[in-house]
Amino acid sequence: MTSQSTNHDDRDVVITTRARLARNLADQPFLNRATDLQCSHVVRTTQRVLLDVPIVDKISWMDLDELTPRDRLLLIERHLISQHHAESTLHRGVAISDNEQLSIMVNEEDHLRIQVLDTGSRLENAFHELMRVDAILEQHLDYAFHDQWGYLAVCPTNVGTGIRFSVMVHLPALRITNELGKVRRSAKELHLAVRGYYGEGSESTGNLYQVSNQVTLGRTEEELLEEFSEQVIPGLIDYERSARDVLMRRNPLLLEDRIHRAESVLRSARLLKQDEAMKLLSRVRLGAALGRIEIPLSTIDDLFVQVQPGHLGQHLNEDCDENDVMEMRASLVRQTLNS
Amino acid sequence: MKCDLCNKPAVVHEVTIVNGAKKELHLCLEHAQAAGLAIPGQQPINQLLKKFVVGQNPQEEVHRCPTCGCTFAQIKQTNLIGCPDCFRAFQEPLAVLIEQAQFGATEHVGRVPNRLHTPTQVELRTRKLLKELDAAVTAEQYERAADLRDRLDKLSTDIPGDKPLKDGGETSP
Repeated sequence: MTSQSTNHDDRDVVITTRARLARNLADQPFLNRATDLQCSHVVRTTQRVLLDVPIVDKISWMDLDELTPRDRLLLIERHLISQHHAESTLHRGVAISDNEQLSIMVNEEDHLRIQVLDTGSRLENAFHELMRVDAILEQHLDYAFHDQWGYLAVCPTNVGTGIRFSVMVHLPALRITNELGKVRRSAKELHLAVRGYYGEGSESTGNLYQVSNQVTLGRTEEELLEEFSEQVIPGLIDYERSARDVLMRRNPLLLEDRIHRAESVLRSARLLKQDEAMKLLSRVRLGAALGRIEIPLSTIDDLFVQVQPGHLGQHLNEDCDENDVMEMRASLVRQTLNS
Repeated sequence: MKCDLCNKPAVVHEVTIVNGAKKELHLCLEHAQAAGLAIPGQQPINQLLKKFVVGQNPQEEVHRCPTCGCTFAQIKQTNLIGCPDCFRAFQEPLAVLIEQAQFGATEHVGRVPNRLHTPTQVELRTRKLLKELDAAVTAEQYERAADLRDRLDKLSTDIPGDKPLKDGGETSP
């Protein structure tokens, strides 16, 4: 099956994983009490370090105020900045590695939000890279730290290690079988947060969910990693796969009909709304993961991003209307799937 | 009534009550203006009345973070802490808030910034004994070297009770 050929065995359910750290400078107030001058001081101090110290082969700095709203949207859609970061009125910026795996948001909720993204469920790689980057930055930045509460953060939910792991999962079968409520309840008991496609405050689209740990204190970074990568992620994968088995057993014809209808529409539609595109891509992804459709999962995952308005906007003029966007979306999907 | 500071007629009368004790102030126009007090007739009646009798009840002073000026009530309301020093200024109430947010966890056990890695008692004593051992071996004082080795072995069993030396002070032998 094409979808399994990338040797990430969990790609049928897991889209990406992410590890991130919340860090603050010791000698500056947190952002909710900082003056404009102090916010700019944080930006200048961290920007200098991020650009002067060799952290990765190539890194780019972007001052968010200097970007157009469309550029900021593009960064949100690639999960390189958060919606909160884009919408903030503070002086803020982001440093992004050339391969877009590392992004360091400056003046998001905390002074620094360092995140490493990875495809598939290889959370260990993201974790080790994150620790490596943090160790380098720590040599040049004086982090706020407390004997009892560890690395200090604006919100009590982030103190201690400041580390949060998250996994973006595709859960179409759990949605169809109405099992998502159970997933949410179990997650709550395990102190996990289940969020939408763009994280905090966002809705799910295309049956894509972000699941992350809520506890950051009282356990070592390695313990939190182990729990997340050896219990949480496998648990989610097993749950979704079981639901897929149920669907396949219960009414395989109906399932295949839905999958192939979705594929046909995507291959031939001339106008596509965003919600519709995400819904159909979700069905096609389920079909590909079950080996019913010969489309690589990576192609579908890429389309999840490419059909977002910020990405489509790259191909359109500023004065385009909603119809132009829908036409461009349909055209892009057709070209990608039919090529 | 005359001004408390000169013989002119007093036009501003201020009565303050501090901890139950009444204190009166009567000033003429010039001295009232010099003291920054509002002149009757130049401000609305509600402000005037407020100013006239200022009851200073023995209220508990609001505790603020000395660095950012944040109060604990603000932190609790927004769930946002003001600055690193708030953690010391509101140590006790924040402990409750953090414990709730962290589902019962109270102590950081993860990584520590390198700059804060202070040598422990055992580390310092080990370093000292190793130096002495080197010197003893060089001087061919084998009996003393054996004794130092025994002490080093014993030190390794003391690790559980070892505490970092925050001040980098001297260790007791």
